[in-house]
Amino acid sequence: MISVQTDDFDPGVEYRALIQEDTESGAVVLFVGRVRAQNQSRQVQGLELEHYPGMTESSLQVIADEACQRWKILRWRIIHRVGRLSLGDQIVLVGVSSAHREDAFAAANFMMDFLKTRAPFWKKESTAQGEHWVEAQDKDQQALDRWEIDG
Amino acid sequence: MIKVLFFAQLREQLGCDQLELPADAKTLAELREQLCQSQPAWCEPLSRPSVLMAVNQRLAKSSHPLADGDEVAFFPPVTGG
Repeated sequence: MISVQTDDFDPGVEYRALIQEDTESGAVVLFVGRVRAQNQSRQVQGLELEHYPGMTESSLQVIADEACQRWKILRWRIIHRVGRLSLGDQIVLVGVSSAHREDAFAAANFMMDFLKTRAPFWKKESTAQGEHWVEAQDKDQQALDRWEIDG
Repeated sequence: MIKVLFFAQLREQLGCDQLELPADAKTLAELREQLCQSQPAWCEPLSRPSVLMAVNQRLAKSSHPLADGDEVAFFPPVTGG
């Protein structure tokens, strides 16, 4: 399931949903991304996250579908927050359950790499010097390239 | 008509989040040219190689054909996650 929301989320609730009444998954990977104080040597005070309603959700569905084709995934969950966020706030959650850890780790890693370079979200940072849009980083594209995605 | 959307720094640079154009352009490249001619100041920001384009909410190349009723979006590289 995909959620794009302004509200915070509870990883414990999401974990329980991933394993509820399921005795097949021997592995669950949960990744949570948070707002950190330092970004590229800037002291960040907060973030504003913009998205493209509709396309954001469909892009995340493509990401999940692609992961399900590549690995044996039993259940998955993607949550991404939008709007104004403060230092330490949770931004994103990717959860994957599978029979074995290799599939769960790889699928969660892939989904995050894909999300960071394909899903239409944009971060605007607040610093003591004012607000500015975060520039896309080559390392994120390079991280995606290792999965050999076209285009 | 074709609905055109702009996001993030591109939206701020152009001072516009969306507009509608008659469906004259046959491709994305033609639509961008149409926008450049009506707003010359938009030409440089819209022509940057890093700018991404979508048609009906799917990423598309500049040769992508357009039809009446399409939704087009221009935006900078994404920075979510």
